[in-house]
Amino acid sequence: MSKVIVVTSGKGGVGKTTTSASFGTGLAQRGHKTVVIDFDVGLRNLDLIMGCERRVVYDFVNVINNESNLHQTLIKDKRVENLYVLPASQTRDKEALTREGVERVLNELRQSFEYIVCDSPAGIERGALMALYFADEALIVTNPEVSSVRDSDRILGILASRSRRAEQGDEPVKEHLVLARYAPDRANRGDMLSVDDVVEILGIPLLGVIPESQSVLQASNAGVPVVLDEQSDAGVAYNDLVDRYLGENRPHRFLTVEKKGFFRRLFRN
Amino acid sequence: MGLLDYFRSTRRGTAAVAKERLQIIVAHERGGGRRHSPDYLPALKKDLLDVVRKYVPISQNQVKVHLDRREDYEVLELNITLTDEDQAGHK
Repeated sequence: MSKVIVVTSGKGGVGKTTTSASFGTGLAQRGHKTVVIDFDVGLRNLDLIMGCERRVVYDFVNVINNESNLHQTLIKDKRVENLYVLPASQTRDKEALTREGVERVLNELRQSFEYIVCDSPAGIERGALMALYFADEALIVTNPEVSSVRDSDRILGILASRSRRAEQGDEPVKEHLVLARYAPDRANRGDMLSVDDVVEILGIPLLGVIPESQSVLQASNAGVPVVLDEQSDAGVAYNDLVDRYLGENRPHRFLTVEKKGFFRRLFRN
Repeated sequence: MGLLDYFRSTRRGTAAVAKERLQIIVAHERGGGRRHSPDYLPALKKDLLDVVRKYVPISQNQVKVHLDRREDYEVLELNITLTDEDQAGHK
């Protein structure tokens, strides 16, 4: 049985594409055939984050309009086996995403993929609604900051009322919280919402905490999903997150401040 | 931040303020419960306001519509507060 998982947030710039790229790559690395779809028609970026921007020929909208087939359009990742990207169109607008078209493409993908990760655009307009409509599960990416938490709550409301599962009265979309850009030292000082605060407000299970990290920008500069940088804290956190998603028991890390020794303080490392 | 503030242990972080504000706004926006919160309440409120206004001049904040969910039924509570002035004018 394949699963459609939407990565969404409401607010922009919180780490949806970073999470989609790393989550999809992590699933594929563990042997699951995975495709990551960019739903941000007109503002595509997943291709850049995954480092395949120069290999885009056809796109999602071409497939919807029967101008190309999936075989021609899917980009096979060069680093990780079992990983494919379906890029968004850069020249169309979100109206090109028809419900029937998206459904047809997803059904076709379900035949050969175990996991279909839908990278949602920000907002609650058509692109975002289409990305979440067919979802079985949702990763809600949230930053520990008031506007992000409020928007996440709004998106949870939309998942519960306007997804296909909600409309058909099926079992609700399974929700997972991904708290990104977390700075434990600031949370400990009381200057940032803590993991517990956000979990309490949103009331959904926590899948992973991604620490604020320089490695995320470095990975996007290079076009390599940060999950592949196993030396970095964010990479480790994403690897834990994927393992946890697949049912492994992984305690949450990066929740407390690492104590710095005298010399590390001295050299400001 | 001054040196004294640093040692003052009762300093309340801004995160506590953020949490409190979020809890209030989120509860308000969820209305009668996130799962099936109806979208029609604001429109209903406006229509009611228009009907009542035909007879009594009232303002937006004199109408309160509240949907309460009990175990297996819902209570739609509607409160229209008439000020003394309104009543005096329409007796």
